Amino acid sequence: MELNVLSLITQVAVLILLLGALHQPMGRYLAATFTSRKHLAVERGLYKLSGIDSAADQHWKVYLRSLLAFSIVSILVVLGGQMLQGHLPFNQGMGAVDPWVAMNTAVSFVTNTNWQTYVPESTLGFGVQMLLLAVQNFLSAAVGLAVVVALIRGLVRAETHNLGNFWVDLTRGTLRVLLPLSILGAVVLIVTGVIQNWGGTDIHTLVTGAQQTVPGGPVASQEAIKLLGTNGGGYFNANSAHPFENPTAFSSLFEVFLILLIPFSLPAMYGRMVGDKRQGYTVLTVMVAFWLGSTALMTWAVAAFAGQGTGVGEGFEQRFGIAPSTLFATATTLTSTGAVNVAHDSLPPLAGGLAMLNMMLGEIAPGGVGSGLYGLLVLAIVAVFIGGLMVGRTPEFLGKKIGSAQMKLVALYILVTPTLVLLGTAITVSIPYLSSNAPAEGPHGFSEILYAFTSAANNNGSAFGGITSSGPGLATMLALAMLLGRFLPIALVLALAGSLAKQRKVPDTSGTLATHGPLFATLLGGVSLLVAALTYFPALALGPAAEGLIK
Amino acid sequence: MNAYGRQLLTAFRFLLCATLLLGLAYPVLVFGLGQAVAPAQANGSIITVAGKPAGSSLLAQPVTGDKFFYPRPSAVDWNPETSSASNLGPNQPALVKSIAENRAEVAKREDVAPTAVPIDAVTAGGSGLDPDISPAYAALQVPRVAKGNGLSPAAVRQLVSANTSNGLNAFLGQPSVNTTTLNTALLQARVAH
Repeated sequence: MELNVLSLITQVAVLILLLGALHQPMGRYLAATFTSRKHLAVERGLYKLSGIDSAADQHWKVYLRSLLAFSIVSILVVLGGQMLQGHLPFNQGMGAVDPWVAMNTAVSFVTNTNWQTYVPESTLGFGVQMLLLAVQNFLSAAVGLAVVVALIRGLVRAETHNLGNFWVDLTRGTLRVLLPLSILGAVVLIVTGVIQNWGGTDIHTLVTGAQQTVPGGPVASQEAIKLLGTNGGGYFNANSAHPFENPTAFSSLFEVFLILLIPFSLPAMYGRMVGDKRQGYTVLTVMVAFWLGSTALMTWAVAAFAGQGTGVGEGFEQRFGIAPSTLFATATTLTSTGAVNVAHDSLPPLAGGLAMLNMMLGEIAPGGVGSGLYGLLVLAIVAVFIGGLMVGRTPEFLGKKIGSAQMKLVALYILVTPTLVLLGTAITVSIPYLSSNAPAEGPHGFSEILYAFTSAANNNGSAFGGITSSGPGLATMLALAMLLGRFLPIALVLALAGSLAKQRKVPDTSGTLATHGPLFATLLGGVSLLVAALTYFPALALGPAAEGLIK
Repeated sequence: MNAYGRQLLTAFRFLLCATLLLGLAYPVLVFGLGQAVAPAQANGSIITVAGKPAGSSLLAQPVTGDKFFYPRPSAVDWNPETSSASNLGPNQPALVKSIAENRAEVAKREDVAPTAVPIDAVTAGGSGLDPDISPAYAALQVPRVAKGNGLSPAAVRQLVSANTSNGLNAFLGQPSVNTTTLNTALLQARVAH
């Protein structure tokens, strides 16, 4: 397979034009969604039925407690529902899911990871897919939105402990943003060929004479939110490589658009909410620069491998070829999506390494729905801190002093994911019972393990699929990585938001480091790269880099 | 009940309501829209031969013998009740071996030199259900298929080009020949012949 450079450039240009046209209107809509005082009728009904006091303004601890209560209940319901599948409606005759797999899956969907240790076709009926998994696709994404909105409120508000109302934010993110976009997205996907029905078709005599069962299911409805919510859990095992999830090169481009739409619109929301659009543009610039750079590198790494060694073909769908595959692989790993239209395990070594590096950056370019922007804002505080050290002043961010209390939270935030990734990988490679689940020889086996923990701790969900994670050992370790990788950073971000909200605003002076413009964008990009590079390069050297050097 | 208990109860009630809306009403609505807007696609792009369903134009079908165009190798034997890639790493000996074996097999089947076999003919796709092959692999199969069906190579080549993607999808992706629709056309041409 060969790269069509013109096709790649055209597709990137189309994405830039579309997202460029939409990010400000979307940002305005998002900001209005989370600042409006009015409730919709359906929202009022939902609050009443759930016993929610929508007027309550929550202390950051109450906000966090609500979020955790919701997530715990969600995990238990998704877990219980899978264990009882045999007794639930729409199960297609499928029974209880293996407890380890069910546990891992419940954690995976509630944490917005959507790591798939199960084979959907033979494990899950329509009921579990629609009533449990697709519901979490919406809600876990809305949780991410809620957290970034709370952080922005922490920056905007002064002399208060309160960050808003978690339930209201969760409801609005779901009903006003994700649901309408998903309906539109699903219809477009159906037109391209994605299925939406309630049963497969048994074919007694195929054209070629054999027999086949053409699968069915509510795929388009799940596909749309899987991408818009940066979830990534495929209706089918092959995910977006499956012809029924991603039928054409056009649908593939549309899916990349759906992945990027909300994350690239959040900076505009942020700019509006803090009352300074330049702040949004600066953050957006850093995101776009990483996205373009990474797409170019990924494409080069794949195209350069064509005609060498095993070449470029294994794991690639013929209707896509190189450009749609590298575009998708980059978008999915730079966000927390993890859907795949090409088998990442079979990517050329350096391309597989780049997919990992994208996640290791912290999924900030543009990152998951909500999680990408709060990740980058935490890095912006690091950049402000480093800038403050250079000029010898107490660092400030949007009129809030960044003192030792804030920096402790930020430092912990930055340490969480690398600790989970490196510790999880180290433990797994040193225990043969665990490492035997990645049977590939040489550095590739290590890459499979490193990829798994990178994906789990960053809540991505894509995999080097050669690894088997359904046994008790890896299912538990990866579930822990997903849980801690999701909720520790969220707790730290909300604590940070609380500590910022408490402060009074200090006015800008001539000595204040500006957090907009090219200088700060460069500083922010540099800090992001440096934090990831220093932490992960040794591990990457043992895996994909070593593999790339073997001829 | 304490604050924690109350939070958990609220969460449960909220999740229940959300499930009715997002887990039930939403997919049913999308189903309705799909049936209204594009029922053929929503129901699986089923192709019919002599009035009977004969497969999906989006899925590969297993082929044996000399009468049909072969799709790419598959990690799941072209069985759509599951789907998967081989997930073999680019330097894995198992992948090197399978590519070599596939190459020898295709070269023998089509009676060409192993070096003439294109990459898509020897590698499995990402889903195992990929119905598409490269125009080069299709061209390789034309003489055998023409002979197997008693048709002229020119007639078969015409069918190939009628089932080759063009326009937008060929530009965004790469030109591809859909073996499932091509084999259907071939079947019908043979009946007409």
